[in-house]
Amino acid sequence: MPEAHKIDIKHVAKLARLSLTDEEAKHYANQLDGILTYIDTLTRYDLDGVAPTAHAMPVYDVLRADEPRPGLTQDQALSNAPKRIADQIQIPQVIE
Amino acid sequence: MLASSTIAALRKGITAGEITPRDIVLDVAKSIEAGNAEIGAYLSWDVEAALAEADRADITKPLGGIPIAVKDNMNVIGQPCTCGSRILAENYTAPYDAGAIQQLRAGGAIPFGRLNMDEFAMGSSTENSALGVTRNPRDLSRVPGGSSGGSAAAVAGDLAIAALGSDTGGSIRQPAALCGCVGIKPTYGRVSRYGLVAFASSLDQIGPVTKTVEDAALLLNHLCGHDAHDSTSLKVEVPDFTAAIGRDIKGLRIGLPKEYYIDGIHAGVSASVQAAIRQLESLGAIIEEISLPHTELGVATYYVLAPAEASANLARFDGVRYGHRSSIAGNLMEQYTFSRSEGFGPEVKRRILLGTYMLSSGYYDAYYIRAQKARTLIRNDFTEAFKKVDVILSPTSPTPAHKLGELKDNPLAAYLEDVFTIPVNLAGLPGISLPCGAVEVEGKALPVGLQIVGKALDEATVLRVAHAYEQSR
Repeated sequence: MPEAHKIDIKHVAKLARLSLTDEEAKHYANQLDGILTYIDTLTRYDLDGVAPTAHAMPVYDVLRADEPRPGLTQDQALSNAPKRIADQIQIPQVIE
Repeated sequence: MLASSTIAALRKGITAGEITPRDIVLDVAKSIEAGNAEIGAYLSWDVEAALAEADRADITKPLGGIPIAVKDNMNVIGQPCTCGSRILAENYTAPYDAGAIQQLRAGGAIPFGRLNMDEFAMGSSTENSALGVTRNPRDLSRVPGGSSGGSAAAVAGDLAIAALGSDTGGSIRQPAALCGCVGIKPTYGRVSRYGLVAFASSLDQIGPVTKTVEDAALLLNHLCGHDAHDSTSLKVEVPDFTAAIGRDIKGLRIGLPKEYYIDGIHAGVSASVQAAIRQLESLGAIIEEISLPHTELGVATYYVLAPAEASANLARFDGVRYGHRSSIAGNLMEQYTFSRSEGFGPEVKRRILLGTYMLSSGYYDAYYIRAQKARTLIRNDFTEAFKKVDVILSPTSPTPAHKLGELKDNPLAAYLEDVFTIPVNLAGLPGISLPCGAVEVEGKALPVGLQIVGKALDEATVLRVAHAYEQSR
């Protein structure tokens, strides 16, 4: 784990698709630094050779029958779209 | 005031023909209208829709005609589902029923009212809701706990007969403790998560918040069960949980983890829990000290896994298919970024940033994989302990309810309050919180919660111990 938590908060915010003001960036960087220092508790234990747990009650290879079944109608699926044209969701132009 | 009654009592009244589902809905609505301005448990409630359902309720079913209030992160068709967030507050109407809601309806219950919560269930005071303040009905200057603070405040404040909450790191049990009602988080996989807006998928679980242990058992009977829409839902038999209650606990082994009985627990909380231990001993239970040696890792492990999973789950809120869309975005990237930045509140942003950082290139192994390994050790601790004892007992929360605003902007201090509840989610186990006394603070009696944790899928024993204790008080 890194020694000091010098988070490049603007880079992380970009990855997370969040925009931060300079003030917010400083505020979050400080808070996250404190939290990450606490999380360093995990480095005090030897975890080599321990198998990771993704789920406490693991179930594997969950498949359903490959059969058509009822789902949301087009109208229902689009009912919450912020902008809609006919049966499609409208977004800003992406191809110049 | 029927909202102060229990499911069990009202079902008797309905079956005997003394009362109708319509009477109950109208009376609960009256209680909400009278009390919600003060307590703020509900964000919305649709009396007309509930009355329509009441009039066609099948009263022959076990929950027939009983209105159940729902945390505002579970989809109920035709109703809002805000998650306490601005990003879903304006224009989202659920197009389908969550699995747990389908189960409730199959039992005859009526989903009625939407309950406040910390935004996207991130928090333990409900102060992170973007949509309103919820107050603790036992002391209006204090928080109700969270994230299911609306659920606990509604039930404890007699604005609901019973409610659903969701629990990722204690979010059912801790508010139940702080408000003085019963809340149970079932074994991971017992209740479908389909239609529950995901926070941390490997930890989230829906459960009941009720006035009595019996009501918790009644609701669990219907909430549990396999759902093909949730691939982590377990294909296991659901026992009749009400059959577990009313039995004695002679010879039952109760473990007290030595790592839990530490400095930092409020003296009044400690005294109440010690009294509960003596009470359980007098009922014939055998009290044993046990060890959960990796307890110290719990909170740190959780605050890697939960934000990491949340950062991925909340990526879906991008202003495209549903939720808030920024009106000032010029291109698609700005639409994503502005919509999210305008829509999410500070705690959600904090956790998304934390999770994104820990999952980013170069840090994944150091944080995420390491935390998953620590999770194994925590889970193994419980497996070992449950070779010796039937249930594990602790306070639910180390302190009674804080004042509103007391832990504002000190996220780490707030996170550490979850020390007793978090390991239970990490290990996927069932845990209940029920009232075990009160602490007198500034002339108000603040409730203390007792947490009882059981083996995986052994909700029955958890309920049995909880009921025996509840009835002996």
